[in-house]
Amino acid sequence: MTHRLPRLLHPGAWWLWATTLAIAASRTTNPLLLVAIIAITGYVVASRRPASPWSASYAMFLTIGLVCIGVRLTLFALVGGAPGTHILVRLPVVPLPHWMAGVRLGGPITAEGLAASAYDGLRLGVILCCIGAANALTSPRRLLKSLPGALYEAGVAVTVALAFAPQAVAAVGRLRAARRIRGRHDRGVRRIRGLAIPVLEGALDRSVDLAAAMDARGFGRNGAATQRVRRTTAALTLAGLLAMVASTYGLVARSAPAGLGVPLLVGGAALTAAGFIVGAKRGGRTRYRPDPWRLPEWLVALTGIAAATGVLLGPARELWPSTYPLVAPPLPAVPFLALLVAVLPAWIAPPLPRVRAAGSTTAARSVGSRQAVRVAS
Amino acid sequence: MIRFDDVTVTYPDAEAPAITGATFEIPEGELVLVIGSTGAGKSTILKSINGLVPHFTGGDFSGRVTVDGRDTRTSPPREMADLVGYVGQDPVAGFVTDTVEDELAYGMESLGVAPDVMRRRVEEALDLLGLAHLRDRPLLSLSGGEQQRVAIGSVLTVHPRVLVLDEPTSALDPPAADEVLAALSRLVHDLGMTVVIAEHRLERVVQYADRVVLIQDNQIVTGAPADVLATSPVVPPVVELGRLARWSPLPLTIRDARRAAIELRGRLAASTWRGGDSPSATQVAGAVTDLVPSYDGVPALRKVSLDVRRGEVVAVMGRNGAGKSTLLASLAGLRKPAAGTIFLAAGIGLVPQEPGDLLWAQTVAAECRDADRDAGAADGTTRALLAELSPGIPDLQHPRDLSEGQRLALVLAIVLARRPGLLALDEPTRGLDYATKRRLIATIARLAAGGCGVLIATHDVELVAEVAHRMVVLADGEVVSNGPARDVALTSPVFAPQIAKVLAPLPFLTVGEVKRGLAAAG
Repeated sequence: MTHRLPRLLHPGAWWLWATTLAIAASRTTNPLLLVAIIAITGYVVASRRPASPWSASYAMFLTIGLVCIGVRLTLFALVGGAPGTHILVRLPVVPLPHWMAGVRLGGPITAEGLAASAYDGLRLGVILCCIGAANALTSPRRLLKSLPGALYEAGVAVTVALAFAPQAVAAVGRLRAARRIRGRHDRGVRRIRGLAIPVLEGALDRSVDLAAAMDARGFGRNGAATQRVRRTTAALTLAGLLAMVASTYGLVARSAPAGLGVPLLVGGAALTAAGFIVGAKRGGRTRYRPDPWRLPEWLVALTGIAAATGVLLGPARELWPSTYPLVAPPLPAVPFLALLVAVLPAWIAPPLPRVRAAGSTTAARSVGSRQAVRVAS
Repeated sequence: MIRFDDVTVTYPDAEAPAITGATFEIPEGELVLVIGSTGAGKSTILKSINGLVPHFTGGDFSGRVTVDGRDTRTSPPREMADLVGYVGQDPVAGFVTDTVEDELAYGMESLGVAPDVMRRRVEEALDLLGLAHLRDRPLLSLSGGEQQRVAIGSVLTVHPRVLVLDEPTSALDPPAADEVLAALSRLVHDLGMTVVIAEHRLERVVQYADRVVLIQDNQIVTGAPADVLATSPVVPPVVELGRLARWSPLPLTIRDARRAAIELRGRLAASTWRGGDSPSATQVAGAVTDLVPSYDGVPALRKVSLDVRRGEVVAVMGRNGAGKSTLLASLAGLRKPAAGTIFLAAGIGLVPQEPGDLLWAQTVAAECRDADRDAGAADGTTRALLAELSPGIPDLQHPRDLSEGQRLALVLAIVLARRPGLLALDEPTRGLDYATKRRLIATIARLAAGGCGVLIATHDVELVAEVAHRMVVLADGEVVSNGPARDVALTSPVFAPQIAKVLAPLPFLTVGEVKRGLAAAG
């Protein structure tokens, strides 16, 4: 193998890897497989996440996932409704008015029902984990930079919107300082109004400034495509994305008709790709140091696809282990081995670049000025 | 290269045109300085060069502006982007991306420059402007001077023929300003670029200028700097001195003025005048002892001790990020001290760097009413203070529509309504023209004479020379010098005002002092 220079993997590759794992997770309630996915994403994130503010998002999404399981279990305990014979505890039944006849509050909690809702909650939690892994491995800004040309304007809008949040936070800080300086101590609505109006005014002013700056630097100069190309691009991309969204329902919901899932997903992806290809033709813009898509990117994406395919091929009996009667979940061989492939990116992805050490004085000075800005500017 | 042909611009909702019948020409390869009082139309001239006026601002536009033969009426700013690089007053407001390298590449991406060319030009710009060590850094973590250089670099990479900058050095400390100006003058001399700058702080830029465009009373005068400045209402101190001493030709640089000043120095050496008297009061208006403000990572101040007496004006200087603003904010109670103590005899009034932050009402009158209520002062106190500081501001004016000077006066009035024993001003002369600055100096002197302690954080050495009794220099959060302003200014080339440099070793800091010295010499 040739020498591998440290670099960041293309964000698209990580997203593909994470999305395919999420799809795999959505196709099973087998807790053994689901826990395996958590372990895999956790290990890859730990070994390949860059030092950025986003890299903490895996832990955050993991927490949200646990909350999901908790909420799902609580709801089950309260509302119940699943069949089962192994009664663990019996909660007092709350009498409800007769027009809510179908709903029961309280009552027996069965082991079968508890297991079913735990599996379900776990599935949702693992899907969230996968999204968290993608966020931790790539920064959303780098993903936006790699958007295909057809989505360029949308990407710019999102970038500008992303910049609003930190600016608004800074503005609120400055305004609160200003109120302290003037010795004002408002409470409640007056206080919120006093803060909100200037912050929004400031944001509006800034967006006008930004628009002027972008115009002065040539934004939208060469992007002029003919109306027909623009419309075709929009129609194809929109239809494709809608089809893909609809397909997720088919993939996740077990009760959905069989034709809804995979065919819609493939068709939607094809339509979107066609839209991107048409949209890319108008050109006129170039990209500075785009993230390359090389062998490691292909391999990382393939490991995800392989894992998802392996899981999809597993026997339904093992993917959706029975909770009534309650049995120990089996370990399906093919899906499990396929999932193990998805841990390979921890070695396949190129090593992380070391963060350039800033000169100590400049770093010190910049921190000082940043604090000064936060307080007083 | 740039030709204005009878250009008149009237903004929407404006009663009078911002500029009237502007006709002049700027040849290629010159560094041109646009000067004039606040509101004279400098920014309008600058924005007309790349078509932001009228395409972006709207309003009535008559006449013709052509750049390299391209007419701005038919070419909107984006079509001028390859020809004219425009850097606005606030570089941060113009940043589109979030890291240095991406920002440098943004313009080229929009113009569709080939990737390998982009890569090379970004490296060149990083070297030309001394930004190479900052390439991965987020833009918001940079100091003011670094941000300004990135903003210049980001328009340079598209290789424009004309570079337009609106007050490029107003937010910068003297060394950072010199850095930016040196970079600009290198562009003019090495690359033959045409550079147009609007600037209030003429003492910094005039020596680099090949030509000056003066806007005065709707008239436009262009010519060699010495000729235009001979009659200009806005001049740097060295030219003021030249006018006082009737030197001809008028010197623009310290070197020329020193050569012309041999005779003047002789007369002043014989003068009996040896500096004004400093206030004798010993009551402390405000003090910090061993102050370390709360921090995370690097402390902005490292055990700083400083006191301001009543009636004393203390200037705090030091490069961007040295901890000046943090010191003021800590005194005002906006930052909790991690260590050390803060003492205030009778409260503090802080005017922050952006005075507009303190204004949120819809009219001047409402703002004054609010301030009276906040301060617990009698009705009309703030309005009366404002009338004293800046007469003739209508009650129903929106604070946003005030000029820089008027806005500063309003904020000062609001802050003073609380009758603070210590007044703290953060960069008060940013964006002020000489006339407004003179009024501010008079106000500060009057407040100090009335027994108020004044603490000014500033980069403006001329302001310090005019008004400060004591000068404190901060570097990396430590006090590196603290002494009478005259002594510090005379012994440090960085903090010396122009007059001190011309007349060294004589202890004169301002033209006013020279007048007094001459009077004492008889």
